[in-house]
Amino acid sequence: MTSELLVQYLLSGITIGSVYAIVAIGFNIIYNATGIINFAQGEFVMLGGMLAISCLPFMPLLLAVICAVAATALIGALLHFCFFRWLQAPSVLRMIVITIGLSILIREAALMIWGEQVRALPHFTGNEISSIRILGAYLSPQVLWVLGTAAVIVLVLSLFFARTRVGRAMRACAANPTAATLCGINAQAMVTIAFMLSAAIGALAGCVVSPMTQTQYDSGTSLAIKGFTVAILGGLGNSTGAAVAGLLLGVTEALAVSILPVAYKDVIAISLLLIALAVRPTGLFTARAAGALKEF
Amino acid sequence: MPGRYTPLLILSALVVGLQLATAATGTSYYLTQLTMTAYYTLVVVGLCILMGYAGQISLGHAGFFAIGGYTTAFLTTFNLAPHAQQPVAALLLRTGLAVSGRDLYGAALTTLHPGLAFLCALALAAGVAVLIGIPVLRLKGHYLAMATLGFGLIVYRVVLGTPALGAADGLSDVPAFVLAPGVKIAGGAAGRIANYYAAWGLVILGALLVLNLMHSRAGRALAAIHGNEAAAQALGINTAAFKLRLFVFSAILAAAAGALLTHYTGGIGPSEAGIMKSVRYVAIVAVGGMANLWGTIGASALLNFLSLRGYFGIYDDAVFGGCLVGMMLFAPQGLRARATFDRLRAWVRGRRRT
Repeated sequence: MTSELLVQYLLSGITIGSVYAIVAIGFNIIYNATGIINFAQGEFVMLGGMLAISCLPFMPLLLAVICAVAATALIGALLHFCFFRWLQAPSVLRMIVITIGLSILIREAALMIWGEQVRALPHFTGNEISSIRILGAYLSPQVLWVLGTAAVIVLVLSLFFARTRVGRAMRACAANPTAATLCGINAQAMVTIAFMLSAAIGALAGCVVSPMTQTQYDSGTSLAIKGFTVAILGGLGNSTGAAVAGLLLGVTEALAVSILPVAYKDVIAISLLLIALAVRPTGLFTARAAGALKEF
Repeated sequence: MPGRYTPLLILSALVVGLQLATAATGTSYYLTQLTMTAYYTLVVVGLCILMGYAGQISLGHAGFFAIGGYTTAFLTTFNLAPHAQQPVAALLLRTGLAVSGRDLYGAALTTLHPGLAFLCALALAAGVAVLIGIPVLRLKGHYLAMATLGFGLIVYRVVLGTPALGAADGLSDVPAFVLAPGVKIAGGAAGRIANYYAAWGLVILGALLVLNLMHSRAGRALAAIHGNEAAAQALGINTAAFKLRLFVFSAILAAAAGALLTHYTGGIGPSEAGIMKSVRYVAIVAVGGMANLWGTIGASALLNFLSLRGYFGIYDDAVFGGCLVGMMLFAPQGLRARATFDRLRAWVRGRRRT
């Protein structure tokens, strides 16, 4: 393999890996707030892309993306409001089944609204054939948008959770909802915010990848699986871990595709997930002692 | 006195009654979908005891179904004739484990005996279930759900990406499987009634096995695991071994259903391995009330039959998604008439008071 080709594979791996990381962070936000994995996370990504595409004829691209993100956040809040808010101490099995059911309903609704057609947002800068040269590899300028968005999301989120009042309140609720409530924090409102935030992040990811990977009513499912793999590899709830694990998975996939048939691309990610679950369900970056306190 | 087996007798009577009803009304074409329904029901019978009774979720049962179906389809359509000189093929031919004939175009066709292929399918599914089950069944909750979902996805991707398994087209031209003289698992109007009874007979047999299992020492151990795994372990129950055995048992039921349905319809495609199928099985168990075998069988018969007859139209998947959400929100214990009725009455009373 020539060094240019290697750089090409690495960069494309990093790009798709950062998308996985964003999806994984979306998982983590809801997981930290509620202790449930939202199996409908991939549908937020799909909705973001689809809504932006639908808004595009009426407004400039940036505004369409903002509208799509806001609308998806609203849907996230609505889901929490309608389905989760009034359940009292539901079992994990029940929550899993509900989110799976919701993901099917959202997907089927998208199929009714947008049909089976594959759509895509236009490239944010340049077009399909414009490329930039980095270290001898040719890349679409959209790659920079994806990487930039991922970096901004990670940065803004860590500031949000560390510095702002709402962010700290959310962390308090994640650590101990009862104690947080006693301190005057509205725990339910924090969970609603977590759903909105998670949906918005997913939608933003859906918008920036749409020009490269295209959007279809069922494109959320495979992203959700990858996102979950990354969330597990990074340790559930650990967003820094998710960012690193996302890049790792992306690069592994990109390199694997250069050796194995493309049809088996998903098999690699899922096999990694199964191996990770079998060997180290606490994630790659969590100390074993800390992991021992958790229930798997 | 209503005994343990009373529902089983009622089910048998219903099966016979339904066949007589279709014969009397001249609607025997319904039997085709009812037969297919029976095979899907066999899958949920296994899933019901795994999920409802032992509390282990599996989102990968379509994977086992597909392993059964694809193994059968591949082994009974793979032509051994060009390899007849090789020792393995020659041995199979000499022992009568391979059958020779002519294909549609008159060329020599030698394939494995369907009975042997069936056993291979079950053995493969059991082997895979052991391999997957040992690491995966240690997990709980989300982790178990995701791991089994991942397994199902791998099976789907592999059958979709392997040319030898027909890729997106799947495998077809699967021959009939002669179970007994006069009973052969194959499509067509001639053997409709025999196939119907064979399929539902298997469901009744599966239900009988599950019923006996539930009321055995193993069944009580599994119920204890569902209640509290740590406590079960403290009582000296080898939880890992019990969960694994049950997982393998339900995988074998799914594979048997897949293999026989493949013989019945004459082929199998990758959609049988899809996630949506696995979710469908879970939805049926949920509608049946999770730990309720008879509810599950009833829900499966109704939903699968309506779905196969195309009553749901384009809302087919949405119906199952809606079932999942609705059941889990409003009646997580299932539609067992009394509990739901009681809640409804309490609700109405509460309304009146305010």
